[in-house]
Amino acid sequence: MHEMSLCEGIRQVIEAQADQHAIQAVKRVRLEIGKFSGVEKPALEFAFEVVMRGSVAEGAVLEMIDLPGKAMCYDCMHEVEIDNRLDPCPDCGGGKLMPVSGDEMKIKDLEVV
Amino acid sequence: MCTVCGCGTGSVEGQSHSHDHSHGHDHSHEHGHDHGHSHDHSHGHHHHHDHDHSHDHGHSHDIHFGKGPAGVEVPGMTQERLIEIETDILAKNDRYADVNRATLRGLNTFAINLVSSPGSGKTTLLCKTIEMLGDQPLAVIEGDQQTANDAERIRATGAPAVQVNTGKGCHLDGHMVGHAMEHLNLVEGSMLFIENVGNLVCPAGFDLGEDCKVAILSVTEGEDKPLKYPDMFTASRIALLNKVDLAPHCDVDLDLYEKNLRRVNPGIEIIRVSARTGEGMDNWLNWLKGSLQRKRGTLAAE
Repeated sequence: MHEMSLCEGIRQVIEAQADQHAIQAVKRVRLEIGKFSGVEKPALEFAFEVVMRGSVAEGAVLEMIDLPGKAMCYDCMHEVEIDNRLDPCPDCGGGKLMPVSGDEMKIKDLEVV
Repeated sequence: MCTVCGCGTGSVEGQSHSHDHSHGHDHSHEHGHDHGHSHDHSHGHHHHHDHDHSHDHGHSHDIHFGKGPAGVEVPGMTQERLIEIETDILAKNDRYADVNRATLRGLNTFAINLVSSPGSGKTTLLCKTIEMLGDQPLAVIEGDQQTANDAERIRATGAPAVQVNTGKGCHLDGHMVGHAMEHLNLVEGSMLFIENVGNLVCPAGFDLGEDCKVAILSVTEGEDKPLKYPDMFTASRIALLNKVDLAPHCDVDLDLYEKNLRRVNPGIEIIRVSARTGEGMDNWLNWLKGSLQRKRGTLAAE
C-alpha cells in the first residue's frame, strides 16, 4: 500500500521522541502490525531503511510483531480469530465476518542509546 | 496559515503540501546527521551492546568508559534503554483528521469521503448529485494525482471546489484536506464531498475527519471487486453500485455484487444508482439529506 508514508510517520514519531528524551541513536524499532492492516512487510522493511537515513534511527533494526486478526461472525455472533480476511468462520463456517481487530499499525517501543 | 502545523497556505491546487513536507525533513535531517557517525560505526561492527567490550579490546587494550554507544558512562546506568511508545504510526494524520472533524462539527457540516477505483464514475455521480441537491449548501474537495480537470467539472455546476494534487501520492491525508477546507469558506449546515484519489487500497487507511466513507463500485468492474479489495469496502458505511443502466449489456449479476459486498462488510448499506439515467438517485439523495439532518440533530442535542 503506502509503506513509504508509513515510514515517514514512524520517522516523525521517532524524531519527536528523540527531542523529548535526548536520544542519540535508535538501535531497534519494534512495531505491532495487525494481520488485516494491509501492510506489506518486505515493502515496509525496504522503505524503513531508506526513510531512516540521516535520522537518529539510521541503521536501526526493524522488528515486526504480528497481531492476530479477529472478526465478528454475523451468522453465529461469535468473535473468532482468522488468518486471512476472507476465511470462513472457524466455528460455524459462515462467510459474513466483520473485522473487529487486526488493523493495528503501532510503534511499540524503541531501544535507544 | 495552517492552524495545525503553522506552515504557509501556498496553493492547494499544486504545491503547498510538498512545501510543508520538505520543510519538516530539512530540519530533521541535520539533527540526525550529527549523531549518525558513532551509531553507524558501532552498528557496522556489531549488533548488540555486549559487543562494545570486544570492540574496545580488539583495537586497543585501554579501558575507556567513554567509548560506549552513548559516548559517556554514568555509573550504575546502562547506556541502552527501552522507550515504550505505543503510538499509532498514523498518529500525526489522525491529529489532523481530529482537527478537521472538530471544524466540521462547529459548522454542522456532514462530510463524506468518496472512495473507488479510477473510472467508477465518481465525478459524474457527484455532478449529478450536486445538480439534484439544488440549493443545499455544499462544497467539494477533489483529489487526483495530477490535473485540475475534476475541480473544473464540479465548478461548472456552480459548486465551490478545490483541487488537491497529490503528486506521487496515492491518497489524500488529513493535512491536505485541512488545507483544502481553509480555501472553501464552508457555511453552516453544508455537505462536504471529498473525492479521494481513485484507488481501492491506500485511502482506506487514512482518516480525513469525514463522517463516513462512501464506496462507489460500477457494474463494469466485476462482481468480485469487493473480495479483491476488502479493506475499502469494510471501511465504508455505504456502497453505491453505479452504472446500473449498463447492467443488461455486460452480463453482470447485481445480486452477486451485493452478496460479495455483504461478505466483506455485513453492515454495509447498498444503493443501486445510475448517474446517467438518474435511476436510484432519489434514494442516494435521501440518504445524504437524512445523514446531514441526523448529524445536526445529534449536535444540537449535545
